[in-house]
Amino acid sequence: MHPSALFFTAIAIASAPAAAQAPAVVEITKFAYAPREITVAPGTTVRWTNHDETPHTVTDKVGELASPGLDTGDLYEHAFANEGDYPYTCAVHPFMTGVVHVRRP
Amino acid sequence: MTPIAPTDPTMPPRGDEVDHARRSVVGCLAAWSGAAIVWTVAGGVPRAALAGDRAAPADRALRFVQISDTHIGFHKDANPDVVGSLRRATAEINALPQAPAFVVHTGDVSHLSKAEEFGQARELLAELRVDRVHTVPGEHDALADGVGGYLKAFDLDGAGRSWYSFDQGGVHFIGLDNVRTFSKGRLAAIGDEQLAWLRQDLAGVAHSMPIVVLAHIPLWTVWEPWGWGTADSAAALALLRPYGSVTVLNGHVHQVLQKVEGHVALHTAMSLAYPLPTPGQAGVGEPGPVTVPAGELGKRLGTREVHLVRGRHALALVDMPLER
Repeated sequence: MHPSALFFTAIAIASAPAAAQAPAVVEITKFAYAPREITVAPGTTVRWTNHDETPHTVTDKVGELASPGLDTGDLYEHAFANEGDYPYTCAVHPFMTGVVHVRRP
Repeated sequence: MTPIAPTDPTMPPRGDEVDHARRSVVGCLAAWSGAAIVWTVAGGVPRAALAGDRAAPADRALRFVQISDTHIGFHKDANPDVVGSLRRATAEINALPQAPAFVVHTGDVSHLSKAEEFGQARELLAELRVDRVHTVPGEHDALADGVGGYLKAFDLDGAGRSWYSFDQGGVHFIGLDNVRTFSKGRLAAIGDEQLAWLRQDLAGVAHSMPIVVLAHIPLWTVWEPWGWGTADSAAALALLRPYGSVTVLNGHVHQVLQKVEGHVALHTAMSLAYPLPTPGQAGVGEPGPVTVPAGELGKRLGTREVHLVRGRHALALVDMPLER
């Protein structure tokens, strides 16, 4: 998928009316976070789900995102209180990268 | 000293290597168990052979066995019985005509770094009838609490850290942790603290002493897009380059790959859990477990062996994955 397409998908999720209640969703499939970049409002919970047979994590360098090893079907959720950019990687596969942008609507 | 070079698989085997009946038996066992690799160090030159290969040398040589990537806790289709696979390998190792001095496990002992996985792995490895099992952590062993959980089960020397060295049989062994430091980008790294330790450790080792390095992720870049390499391996290899015989034993890639750089020979080992794809394999975009029908699994694992000979200069700088 073209990167800009990912971006617009993320915007669509974040700006949906139910975004404040329902978690924003990031799927982990084929060693990639989809969408790789997601933009959400402060207070939004983001939910990652691993669909691979290989375990992955959601891990950042500052300790805000620190999932355990996610086996197939496991979820990790994190609520983002503050605006900012939250880049993360998979601790098992550091070439997997994603970013959560937290912005006021 | 002459560099060690891998055997060219396209060359016909020497007469003393031909024993088709025995090979097929070894192949059958390997099909079930993955494979254990027996290393012997004779005259400073490590040699590898599949467990059960009685052609391996030699009197009074230091013998040890390498296993890797047991992934205790894995339960998917690619291998629903990783415990059974480890037990088959253990039976082979325990049945070796000459007992190995010890076993090395080059990481990914567990699949998800769970305490119960480490505990079960520790119990299973205790079934090996050897004095010691030396382990290094894989990235699957560092998922929860860095290597905290791993060290609770596998801190063999009680130093509270995941790297170490020891001397045995005239060989200097070094175990490294190259699965936790990601500060340098896409690849994991050894890290400056450990490199400083390595420099200090080697300062007391004569250049004539053979060195064996254990580390989970290959200490050369096998395939960067899949993270199959160590960001600062060049710094470690530079410290090792003055030594006459350096053998690096890695895991992580679940297949046998070899590279020789001057006096440094690097080898990855098969897994005891499941195959991974070949780097760059057509149609495979990511390094996930490969599920094959049982018959094919045997064909893939059973026909492979590691066998090094001395002094093939023409092959000395060739990366050589063995065909499956």
